[in-house]
Amino acid sequence: MIEKALVGSKKYWGWLFFLFIVLMVGAANYLRQLDYGLGITGMSRDVTWALYIAQFTFLVGVAASAVMLVLPYYLHNYKAFGRITILGEFLAVASVIMCLTFIIVDLGQPARAFNVILYPTPSSILFWDMIVLNGYLLLNIIIGWTVLDAERKSIAPPKWVKPLIYLSIPWAISIHTVTAFIYAGLPGRSFWLTAIMAPRFLASAFASGPALLILLCFILRKFTRFDAGKESIQTLAKIVTYAMIVSIFFVLMELFTAFYSQIPEHMKHFTYLFTGMEGHSGLVPWMWASTILAFMAVILLINPKMRENEWILGVACGATFFSLWIEKGLGLVITGFIPSPLEKITEYTPTGPEVAITIGVWAMGLLILTVLYKVAIAVKEETE
Amino acid sequence: MNWSRRNFLKLTGLSLLGLGAKPGWEVLAGNENSKFIKGPETLKGKRWAMVVDVAKCPVGCRECIDACHRVHNVPDFKNRKDEIKWIWKEPFKDVFPEQEHHYLEDTLKEKPVMVLCNHCDNPPCVRVCPTKATFKRQEDGIVMMDYHRCIGCRFCVAGCPYGARSMNFRDPRPFIKEINPEFPTRTKGVVEKCNFCVERLAQGLLPACVEACKDKALIFGDLENPQAQIREIVQSRFTLRRKPELGTHPQVYYIL
Repeated sequence: MIEKALVGSKKYWGWLFFLFIVLMVGAANYLRQLDYGLGITGMSRDVTWALYIAQFTFLVGVAASAVMLVLPYYLHNYKAFGRITILGEFLAVASVIMCLTFIIVDLGQPARAFNVILYPTPSSILFWDMIVLNGYLLLNIIIGWTVLDAERKSIAPPKWVKPLIYLSIPWAISIHTVTAFIYAGLPGRSFWLTAIMAPRFLASAFASGPALLILLCFILRKFTRFDAGKESIQTLAKIVTYAMIVSIFFVLMELFTAFYSQIPEHMKHFTYLFTGMEGHSGLVPWMWASTILAFMAVILLINPKMRENEWILGVACGATFFSLWIEKGLGLVITGFIPSPLEKITEYTPTGPEVAITIGVWAMGLLILTVLYKVAIAVKEETE
Repeated sequence: MNWSRRNFLKLTGLSLLGLGAKPGWEVLAGNENSKFIKGPETLKGKRWAMVVDVAKCPVGCRECIDACHRVHNVPDFKNRKDEIKWIWKEPFKDVFPEQEHHYLEDTLKEKPVMVLCNHCDNPPCVRVCPTKATFKRQEDGIVMMDYHRCIGCRFCVAGCPYGARSMNFRDPRPFIKEINPEFPTRTKGVVEKCNFCVERLAQGLLPACVEACKDKALIFGDLENPQAQIREIVQSRFTLRRKPELGTHPQVYYIL
């Protein structure tokens, strides 16, 4: 089937070439980072995880959101998702590969990454994250490819794939739960020490992932003959609406607990994030942008008349995606370190090479996604 | 592979260089092993701990810091971003934020207090490390690190509630004033912290900071030994520990 990715229009090849160039710029910067060390980034003694780990965290959510298609289609036989479930699964594949790459580029000693397997340590959440992420990657590659291949041959998918599909549903929940546990189990980081971290992660994931998928469906309709169909897009839009509302609700729960209890340890990170502290307010404009985008998205989505308009839906999905990207991809990780355990405020600003590497990894993910979608769309166009 | 004369000479030259470097390598690797292995002179304890007598610690003095950083080849990058430190001073109000109140004198609020790794009895850094590069030595409770196993994921840095850990964001070697051949230098991309001078204990010596402190503000010993001075202090005097509510059971005690 992969041969279908090798035939394409000039636009297709141009897009791939563009992504490849961006990826290479990132790779060149990564070589610099390998040589110099992680000091080439904006990370510091106080802020030791930043843009890379934040992208990883955000993208685990995008990957997990495939379950929002798989579950209705396979468990409830919701036919409208039949056409696009493969898009969710392939989006999960590209996202997990990006997640794993972001972890690797964040390692101080990437050549020793296999120590995690050589010295397995079940007490470490990172050990479990490695297992669930790689497992989820494998599941989605196998399921997506097998089901698509069956579709190409116009036969029913083999029976053995069904149990794997059912397994992939709780597995999707597990990847974001385990990723939340990386943060939620640390005694000294009060910003992350919250039992609703995993539910919060899942809620925001089920908003940002499907929002991205809707945008991808619009793009596919513009550039290919593939139409996801009004019903499936509208159902996805409802999922985004509910998930976004729940996501905002969870953040408000956090704010209530912190500020009504008045416990300084629980308030200080939110204070830094939303108002700044001692003259440091690097994240404040970002966080308010995220907040405004989040409420804007909900206002646009909650009214059925409005979300049926595809222009408005597109804007709402863009707002959802960027709002949650800021919340997860910047705010959540960095703020956990500010102020530091010794009450110091060290702000973080990413450096040029760090941004180039980050964009490079995104380009790699988009490249993989483009190739996978090309195959999927080619099969669908052939069989229809 | 095509073995040209040029390649052959290059490789021979490199090998000879390697041979030339052997004595240096032996100093670093060979001695490291023999010195760290326990012998008859080794100080033995069941639960090493430290008491910091804050009142005795003179403002402006940094003898313990310098001694520690010298024997452990801790680099000085001269910037806060890449900074590596094993023992250092912080204002009282930041070390014990829960003890600060409105009427406390500014001199007390700002009083410098020594901070270092707490060698917790229940260390979160050990729990979160995905490779066991950070581990607690069962026999005496010292929280140690294997710099050769550390992958530099910095999960331990996030896990430590005390900010005791430093990441080598750059190659530290050019920033070490004078390399102590008795102790390994680190490579870029690994985490490090105070090791309670495990290498000195093996030789029968007290930790470098304790030895360097002329004012006897740092007291080191085995809490499980009923005759030890540290035991006497910890059981009879009021001591503070940093963030005891987190359940980490820190083993650095403060008296004021």
